[in-house]
Amino acid sequence: MITKTEKIIMCRKAAFQMRKDALSMALLSGSNGSHLGGGLSIIEIMAVLYCGIMNIRPEDPRWKDRDIFILSKGHATLGYYTALKAAKIISEEQLFKFEQNGGLLPGQPSLNLDLGIEYSSGTLGLGLSYGIGLAIVSKKMNKASKVFVLLGDGECNEGSIWEAAMSATHFNLSNLTVIIDCNSLQSDGKTHDILDLQLENMWKGFGWEVVIVNDGHDITQLFDSFTLPIIEGKPRVIIANTIKGKGVSFMEYNNEWHHNRLSKELFDEAIKEIFKKEALL
Amino acid sequence: MNTVNPSNSRFWSKLGPRGAFGAALLEIAKENKKIIAITADLGITSGLERFKKDFPDRMINIGIAETNMVGIASSFASEGFIPFATSFANFSVLRACEATRHFLGYMQSNVKLVGLSSGFAMGMFGNTHYGIEDIAIIRAIPGIIILSPADSTEVVMAIEAASNYIGPVYIRLTGVMNNPIVYKEDYNFEIGKAITLEYGKDITIIGTGTMVYNSLQSSKILTKRGISATVIDMHTIKPLDSETIKYKASSSKLIVSIEEHSIIGGLGGAIAEYLSSFHIHPPLLRLGINDRFSHAGDYLYMLERNDLLPEQIAAVIEKKYLSLI
Repeated sequence: MITKTEKIIMCRKAAFQMRKDALSMALLSGSNGSHLGGGLSIIEIMAVLYCGIMNIRPEDPRWKDRDIFILSKGHATLGYYTALKAAKIISEEQLFKFEQNGGLLPGQPSLNLDLGIEYSSGTLGLGLSYGIGLAIVSKKMNKASKVFVLLGDGECNEGSIWEAAMSATHFNLSNLTVIIDCNSLQSDGKTHDILDLQLENMWKGFGWEVVIVNDGHDITQLFDSFTLPIIEGKPRVIIANTIKGKGVSFMEYNNEWHHNRLSKELFDEAIKEIFKKEALL
Repeated sequence: MNTVNPSNSRFWSKLGPRGAFGAALLEIAKENKKIIAITADLGITSGLERFKKDFPDRMINIGIAETNMVGIASSFASEGFIPFATSFANFSVLRACEATRHFLGYMQSNVKLVGLSSGFAMGMFGNTHYGIEDIAIIRAIPGIIILSPADSTEVVMAIEAASNYIGPVYIRLTGVMNNPIVYKEDYNFEIGKAITLEYGKDITIIGTGTMVYNSLQSSKILTKRGISATVIDMHTIKPLDSETIKYKASSSKLIVSIEEHSIIGGLGGAIAEYLSSFHIHPPLLRLGINDRFSHAGDYLYMLERNDLLPEQIAAVIEKKYLSLI
């Protein structure tokens, strides 16, 4: 049995590797560019889910009782594909076919159960409905499967999120956890300048159990929020405060890195910073 | 099971297409445990009251939230169920358009989306409830079958065919209660295979939905005026039965398409696209809903305003035919 402390150490280690992998993938994507900002802001969330929380079998991604993760904000896929590799569901070779013509890992994930990709994303606001359906089925069939759906804070602008949110409480989906990557930036700028949402009050008002994670890059805080006792009949939303571009100084809080090309020089600078931080651990 | 005979056809006709849908699904669900019904607060309107009573665990009401309905239906399909998702055609297809494109198109979910009361069936509800563009929209999304049954009996056949087919299907219901009967004996319904109901040498009328019956009626009128028509029930609009059209195009002086749908992008549009690739083909007369919103009226009034009653159809066809010879 792995202890909590051991799990946290594993997740922390995985997060460093994922960040390095994400930068290598960004470099590989060349002139296509990639969504670095949102990809890096979800790294710790994804590391904790795939290396510490979710009940999955890497050798059998279709295992019927598996926990299911839905990436609704598909553009954050650098943090997703790297987690699939960290969980040993996809190989390094597969990972580095990212954004290659004819490859299976495009800039937004495309349904492929053999690679552990449960849902095609890219269009914002539709993943929650899908996750809710899966949670209803799991409940109806008395399965142990839990469902996790990752949304962006900007994505919560979409009306379809709220259509879905109200139905999750109606169906008493305590097997459903939504995580909001609250990185405070969306395509055109700061979320509170574009459409200021009182997310905590809104989700509470829709009947959800709301858990706030002050630092969405703190593995222990994330781990503890995922392992809180379930409130019977209530879905849970974890609002994780994150930093867009986390881990690379020149990308942090900088929306130019929402989607951008990474030159070799900047890649070298970024990867050096990650190694330095890892060495300090 | 759903046996086609004159007595059942009369029964289904009395229920109308929506009621026939609900009755058919109930029967199919008794044998196929994977069938479930999902609705956006139109369970009663979909004729699913009995279904809900008999299979309370297999019917889900999502509330008035069509996008959410399509998303949830898709995940049920991914878990091996066969969901039939219902709302008025406009809300299934237009309100939830992008969700339909995403889940039924891109993700190829085995969802059967049902468009209730398309065309003018909603009468005095008016334009917000008229299904004018649903075929055009779904037709442009890759990978979705479109079924458009001619009468209540064919609704039953289409529901059964859709439940056996693996893949996304849109089922478009047109017409109202006590709709006229086209089929009262058992026949072979196959997705993608049009049914030739009458053979004639001069022209070919290709109808879909309610306009199949009106085509048969107008053909009777045309016969009296010396024009002999082939009448085809194009119950599947995608994939289009191009073989049948090609064959008729080689032997008819005029092809007529007719549908309770916009003349843009529906059955007529599909036939026009297909015929246009031939060097020589007969002219195509596209009949349907004119390209404008009009004031609301009851069902028959709306058909009349769009020249879709048998006598009107016959007159338009006759005029066009005489101009050709």
